[in-house]
Amino acid sequence: MKAVITGLRRVVALVGLPIVLLLVWWFASADSHTAAMPPLKRILKVFPDTWFGERLTDDVLPSLIRLTEGYCAALVIGIVAGVAIGSSRTVRAFVEPVLEFLRAIPPPALVPILFLIAGIGDTTKILVIIAGCVWPILLNTVEGVRGVDPVLVDTCLTYRVSGLLRLRTFVLRSASPQIMTGARQALSVGIILMVISELKASTDGLGYTFEQFQTRFQYPQMWSGVLVLGLIGVVLSLLFRFVESRVLAWHRGQRAAERTSL
Amino acid sequence: MLKVQSLRKVYDGHGRQVEALRDITFSVNPGEFVCVVGPSGCGKTTLLRLLGGLIAPTSGTVMVEGRPVSGPPDGLAIVFQEYGRSLMPWLRVRENVELPLKAKRVPRAERAALVHESLAAVGLADAATAYPWQLSGGMQQRVAIARAIAFQPRVLLMDEPFAAVDAQTRADLEDLVRSVWQRFGMTMLFVTHDIDESVYLAERVVILSSSPTIVLEDLAIDLPAQRDQLETRSSARFVELRHHVYEQVQKAKNRSAVTPVV
Amino acid sequence: MNPYRSFLSRVGTSPALLGLLGLGVFAVLLEILPRAGVLSSDYFPPTSRIIGALWRELGRPDEQFRPSLLTALSDTLVTWLYGLSIAVAAGIVLGLIIGSLPLLREFTASTIEFLRPIPSVALIPGLIVLLGVGREPTLVIVVYASFWQVLVQVLYGVADVDPVARDTARSYHLGPLRRVRYVIWPTALPYVMTGIRLATTVALIVTITGEMVIGTPGLGDNLYIAYSGGDVPVMYALILVTGLIGVVANTITRAGERIVLRWHPSVRGEVAA
Repeated sequence: MKAVITGLRRVVALVGLPIVLLLVWWFASADSHTAAMPPLKRILKVFPDTWFGERLTDDVLPSLIRLTEGYCAALVIGIVAGVAIGSSRTVRAFVEPVLEFLRAIPPPALVPILFLIAGIGDTTKILVIIAGCVWPILLNTVEGVRGVDPVLVDTCLTYRVSGLLRLRTFVLRSASPQIMTGARQALSVGIILMVISELKASTDGLGYTFEQFQTRFQYPQMWSGVLVLGLIGVVLSLLFRFVESRVLAWHRGQRAAERTSL
Repeated sequence: MLKVQSLRKVYDGHGRQVEALRDITFSVNPGEFVCVVGPSGCGKTTLLRLLGGLIAPTSGTVMVEGRPVSGPPDGLAIVFQEYGRSLMPWLRVRENVELPLKAKRVPRAERAALVHESLAAVGLADAATAYPWQLSGGMQQRVAIARAIAFQPRVLLMDEPFAAVDAQTRADLEDLVRSVWQRFGMTMLFVTHDIDESVYLAERVVILSSSPTIVLEDLAIDLPAQRDQLETRSSARFVELRHHVYEQVQKAKNRSAVTPVV
Repeated sequence: MNPYRSFLSRVGTSPALLGLLGLGVFAVLLEILPRAGVLSSDYFPPTSRIIGALWRELGRPDEQFRPSLLTALSDTLVTWLYGLSIAVAAGIVLGLIIGSLPLLREFTASTIEFLRPIPSVALIPGLIVLLGVGREPTLVIVVYASFWQVLVQVLYGVADVDPVARDTARSYHLGPLRRVRYVIWPTALPYVMTGIRLATTVALIVTITGEMVIGTPGLGDNLYIAYSGGDVPVMYALILVTGLIGVVANTITRAGERIVLRWHPSVRGEVAA
């Protein structure tokens, strides 16, 4: 009986407030005659027609593919360069101010320049995503590689653990908490860049669709797009969290163990 | 097997020179168990890092199996003082023990057998799939010892491995180290600041002065090979030897108080 | 001693000098490569031309549809800092309230987790329709995006309060305000600083985004105007300015963190957020 009550309570805690908020939106907007703020009912009504047709394959999918490509490329570049830079004190000191400057440039500011350099095709959009995502990953990787435990460095030396094995089982694993922090920051920047790289001079994608709805005054469709983008953000964040809980299970366990032993 | 000739190490830090070791000469025969004992801060860890090829001496030589040491020598393993930090928290116990064998390119089947055997030898066969941080300090140090055994070293160095565990665990681990040594027959060099421990464990004790460090005495321990925490420690000969070492270490401390520091 | 050699060895050991050298090499490379034709100077103007463009922009008065650099800079700074302060204040206050009331925390967790990942750009079309193309829509997305960074860190910080300290405070009958002042706030402070640092970066990114996409006056808008006019050196000059703002912001927030952490007894690691 008690288990049922705590279970029920947990469900209420999980869905209670979201339901209340949706209801508030529903009723507050029910009689809205402002074109720009259509009733939630209408937004939900146009939702299936707007998104479950060709738009899914022609706009949503291309956006997500570009995001995936750009994000993965940024992961590879950021981690490889981060390990290389983080492993040498001299290299680190030499390039750090330059990296700090490049990192500090808000990535959206690079969008127009990249359009000029690489044209307005898919490549540019992917480049935009890479250019924004790579910095948090790179700098956090440098931080993580710099922070490896000197006792483990000695251990690897003594036991002849070197080369790829050392990289795989020691350096990357040891830096993985920082790398994941960077990857998480990069993901939210990536979603922003995915959208704004499609707003101007584009023929498909979520950003393009948004622009279309707005210029054609299709407000219910436009708001349904906000929902779609929100859902994408939430799903990607859940996905990320799932991967993170796998990759960093040891880290969480270790921290919990340290906490209880104090 | 292990030969140390007029070893000197001066650290050069921030314009100030610190002479950690002044003149160390001693040797260890094949299969012998030698303890190096000295007051706190006498450069024991420095000595061990020199022997392990982790740092280079200012002058003098270290020879392992007749070859001068210029990097971590073949067939030499170290058990570090900081057990909590010398195991990789993202690897299970089994994987930690296995890692050096992977680096050595030992075939998979043989690796599994070695890991199993060495974990059994330290009484941790059941903990193979646990993570290090799920174990107590004493058990973690056992894993580190198992890792060293599996590596099948001809020389095993131990750097105050039991400094941070409680007294009961410490006694168990001392007996474990003796039994491992008797069973596998490697050359053993054990560094400690604990006089009792050095006399109880070793066949020979090398007594170091305080900094700047030299060898004060090279003392044979003529206790029977079969040692027992109660019997041995209460035997008259043990008490005599212990007394002698204690005197030497005390003298060393007092002498350094009046010798002008160079 | 050979002075040249001693200089080299000093550079070799001093990170600051090495870093300066790195910046110098970077600038020289960007000067030489376009001039040598390795990079197209149409798209990669040499450093000197970027600096020249920056200089001219600094001297240029306001024109119609093209505000001067200083006007744009101050517009950007106002939007950015205004939005950031609202987000920080709201994040701290709400974070402390939600964090110290377990029931509230439990019931808002799922909503926070859902709202947080919604990309701020998703709001742009709707905001343009509702608020026009002035400062307001950009301000809203800046506040929205940076608010979560602060809120989440404050929540982590409050959750980190030592249960013993919490019980002690209760047993001494400290009122809620004093409990926040003496027990919760000191523990949460390092997390608050981390949140502010992350929020500062995000707020700048979103400010520039809003200016570019919505057309809110500021550096981003000027950048888009330069893009439309094909004025590449000016585009680089503006990127340089945004980068410098970012560097200054990072330096200040990190210094702030260091100062707070120096007198703070517990130096804690950053929570992945």
